Amino acid sequence: MSPVTRLILKRLGMSLIVLVGVSMLIFTIARVIPGDPARIALGPNATAEQVEALRQRLHLDEPLPVQYGYFIRDLAQGDLGISLYTNRPVTADIAQFLPATLELIFVAGAMMILIGLPLGVISARYRGTWVDNAVRVASLLGVSAPSFVWAVILMLLFAFFLPLFPIAGRIADSYAIPHVTGFLFIDTLLAGNLAAFSNAAWHIVLPAFALALSGIGQAARLTRSNMVETYDRPFIEMAQSYGFPERRIANRYAFRPSMIPSLTIIGLDFAAMLGNAFLVEAVFAWPGLSRYGVAVILRKDLNAIVGTVLIISAMFLIVNIIVDLVIAFINPRIRLSQRAAA
Amino acid sequence: MTFPKAAIPTLRIDDLHLSFRTYTGLIEVLHGISLHIRRGERVALVGESGSGKSVTARIILGLLQMTRSARVDGLLEFEGRNLSKLSAAERHRLRGTRMSMIFQDPTSSLNPVYPVITQFHEVLKRGEPAINVEVARERASALLAEVFIPDPQRVLDSYPFQLSGGMNQRVMIAMALANEPALLIADEPGTALDVTVQAQTLHLMRDLVVKHHTAVLFISHNLGVVREFADRVYVIYKGRIVEHGTAAGLFDDPRHPYTRALLDAIPRITGGGIPEIRDAAEEYFAPMVVHEGCGEPGGAA
Repeated sequence: MSPVTRLILKRLGMSLIVLVGVSMLIFTIARVIPGDPARIALGPNATAEQVEALRQRLHLDEPLPVQYGYFIRDLAQGDLGISLYTNRPVTADIAQFLPATLELIFVAGAMMILIGLPLGVISARYRGTWVDNAVRVASLLGVSAPSFVWAVILMLLFAFFLPLFPIAGRIADSYAIPHVTGFLFIDTLLAGNLAAFSNAAWHIVLPAFALALSGIGQAARLTRSNMVETYDRPFIEMAQSYGFPERRIANRYAFRPSMIPSLTIIGLDFAAMLGNAFLVEAVFAWPGLSRYGVAVILRKDLNAIVGTVLIISAMFLIVNIIVDLVIAFINPRIRLSQRAAA
Repeated sequence: MTFPKAAIPTLRIDDLHLSFRTYTGLIEVLHGISLHIRRGERVALVGESGSGKSVTARIILGLLQMTRSARVDGLLEFEGRNLSKLSAAERHRLRGTRMSMIFQDPTSSLNPVYPVITQFHEVLKRGEPAINVEVARERASALLAEVFIPDPQRVLDSYPFQLSGGMNQRVMIAMALANEPALLIADEPGTALDVTVQAQTLHLMRDLVVKHHTAVLFISHNLGVVREFADRVYVIYKGRIVEHGTAAGLFDDPRHPYTRALLDAIPRITGGGIPEIRDAAEEYFAPMVVHEGCGEPGGAA
């Protein structure tokens, strides 16, 4: 078995353990916080018998471990239960709302990598000059305000005062795109509607950028500091004394070793967007998982809370596995060593 | 000063000053050093840490001049061309082609995330920009065979951390000589290796530079190694050359107090413990001693 296969299997196994832990934790927390989900769902006018009946149907009258047993049994069949808020299966709700959030996060993540890393490389290559200072100030600005503040600022500047971008939503109402995957970028292309595609892209710019800004700043700062450190290493001096082109030194010989420590943090930032997206979605009326997530938490919709948290944890773990693989790809020590995944 | 073509030294440094701008003012590190290296000659620059050996090497390569806090004055002539009059691009063209360098620690001087072939290809591209990776691989394995690496293909596909220090040093030597440079700067080569491996690789390096007629500036604090390797020796102390002579002459008859102290600093195998040397002494600043027949071309003495 190759070291990379081992790494993947090991990471998958560990992720499964983490998911079980998270499910136990959120399952318990959702049930021990005060408030009766059945009462909230049925409203103040329901009779005590009606509430009791719902409690029994939800197994709320049984001990926690037994309830968890039911949960695991259903989960194994791909069933996360019925949401008391929408009265639909939680899986159907998630399938409806998750793609919008994922689309937002993917675009924001792409912005973080495609803008943040090059800024860091440029900053390190021209360290000490005005270019470096400008990048450092800008990236500090990016990290120093939370995403929802940026969301409001960007919306005011570029959608309200200067109406370059739409103020809210995912796509103009005039486009009727059949729901296939839920990802508008994919669905519009499947429908062969390029105008709708560009309309969707136009809608996603501001929210994604607001979400990405702190990540861009973080990625630029990390890349810069790791590259500046790498520039002091003997192998860069070797490259310079042999006259390797400066641009290749920056983009290759200094960049790749510097990415090894940066990537872990960048992966965490990427995953942190899952949480930040909630507020950005609220600002831009983005029909993603956030509105659903907040609504179900306020209503103590147990199944939906557990389902939403589990899905977000799973996304977090997947991102981490991807980051580990990318690190293994750029770091031959991990790729080639048998002790890699330890 | 003009020389007949054949007599143009590979490197001539005259009255080289280096200072760094700091918050507290200008700090001078080199106080006017002069040295020259003739074609194919092996010259050693010997001194303790901080004496200015390594900065001299970086000035010759033109790397230190890119540091904005550094100020370099004095004449630097390489193969008859005044280096300070060349543009940055022209100086860049010399690096890795006409002059190259070998470092203290071969393993950390090779990029850890790229296999040897990638870096060797990059080095060969300096001499022949259009070279493709197949041709580079062929050339590189021939060059590695020349430094007695038994399995060049395997080494080329390895990462530096998979190879021993001695193996990496051989790779570095092969890279340094790949483009037939006129000048090889060896900055404490192999100091990070163990003594026997260092000795082997130094012998190898000497045989190759003799074969290729490469001039060498050999920077070291190790007098035993210098005696084996160099034709001529400059002793440097705190940014000044204090003694200059042929290797044989200087070791048989050290005349400057600092040189004598440096020679006394070698622990003897016959015992006597670690020698007692004063850190600094008034007499170390005595005027430069130049041995007979060893003056600077075109200079005084």
